[in-house]
Amino acid sequence: MFDLYCDGHSPLHRMKPGWKILALAAAGTALFAVDHVVFSLGLLGLTLVLYRLAQLPLRRAWDQIRPVLWVFGLIFLAQLVFNSWQIGVFVILRFATLLMLAGLLTLTTRSSDMIEGIEAGLHPLRRVLPVARISLAISLTLRFIPVLSQVVQDVREAQKTRGLERNLIALAIPVVIRTIQTSEEIADAIDARGY
Amino acid sequence: MIDIQNVSLFFEAREVLRDISLTLTERRIAIVGSNGSGKSSFARLLNGLRLPTSGDILVDGLNTRDKGREVRRKVGFVFQNPDNQIVFPIVEEDVGFGLKNLGFSAAERAEKAKEVLRRYGLWHLRDQPSHVLSGGQKQLLAIAGVLVMEPRYVVLDEPTTLLDLRNKIQVRKAIEALPQTAIVVSHDLDLVADFDRVLVFDQGRILADDAPNAALRRYVEAMQDV
Repeated sequence: MFDLYCDGHSPLHRMKPGWKILALAAAGTALFAVDHVVFSLGLLGLTLVLYRLAQLPLRRAWDQIRPVLWVFGLIFLAQLVFNSWQIGVFVILRFATLLMLAGLLTLTTRSSDMIEGIEAGLHPLRRVLPVARISLAISLTLRFIPVLSQVVQDVREAQKTRGLERNLIALAIPVVIRTIQTSEEIADAIDARGY
Repeated sequence: MIDIQNVSLFFEAREVLRDISLTLTERRIAIVGSNGSGKSSFARLLNGLRLPTSGDILVDGLNTRDKGREVRRKVGFVFQNPDNQIVFPIVEEDVGFGLKNLGFSAAERAEKAKEVLRRYGLWHLRDQPSHVLSGGQKQLLAIAGVLVMEPRYVVLDEPTTLLDLRNKIQVRKAIEALPQTAIVVSHDLDLVADFDRVLVFDQGRILADDAPNAALRRYVEAMQDV
């Protein structure tokens, strides 16, 4: 999500993020509530049409499910053992469609717009929820996924050079310490920018 | 003007800064000193990120103790590691973060972000994820994210420490071109050689406070005595 957005001027790009999030929630619910393969196939077809409407190549839809093909494989195997191959295909069809739809949301919505959309959606609950803090937390999560994965990689490489190939505790301790140090500086940086 | 009045700072029992009094009025001020000398802690006092244990800091008459938010609008802060300062995942969005906190509308944010990103040669990267930028580009983005808020003073904490020579030159040029008063904490003695004033910190005290030649000479002598 943190690097998926594709700049564009399609109707989907222009649509308010709040509506897109609601539509995704509705489609996701319908996908699992309506127990009919024709409906799921129809929604898959509609999703692919929406990709074209957003001026995105269908390859981008495939990109959304490619990293989880192994999970689909496991689901299919489990269904094959406990149910049937038809149900396996049906379950995978539902998950694949949902992932493509979720991908479409992130491909056509800037993360800042998405966060503002969530903020607007939560606005009625502002008396009971710290809405601004929730939206900042979401943006920080998106921002720091690549930073923390780099920290893990750095620590892992440093340990390999010292002969430690796989040791979860030896990896976790320096990662946690660096993460805490980083979080303190991030908090200062947020303060310094007038939050 | 930043007025530092009898400031001391303790972290639990450890004395980090001892009874410092200064008035900062020059356009380019450098803070140098060995690791652990208290210079970064001192820098964080200037915009109220830390409060002194005793004494006061006044920025244009505003005390950091009770006017922290107003002081931070006047004093921008650029951190050593830009990765810890860039808050939003996309370049243009990050520049807009400070402006949003100042209450600017989306249209105003977009306009100001465009201007500052162009000034720092980052406009073509506006839609890029910030984590894919080079070190120099990230540092320029961190500077842009602060300057877009139009602070009167800018504190930069070791802005070139993590950079290669090319990026160092790029950031140095950006600092030279700053219209604001700049207070730069640095180990890079070349960077501060043309500044108006250099403060040398040693063990929480000011060892020298002079023009660059005299102050840096004193600093080098002190380091050789160790």
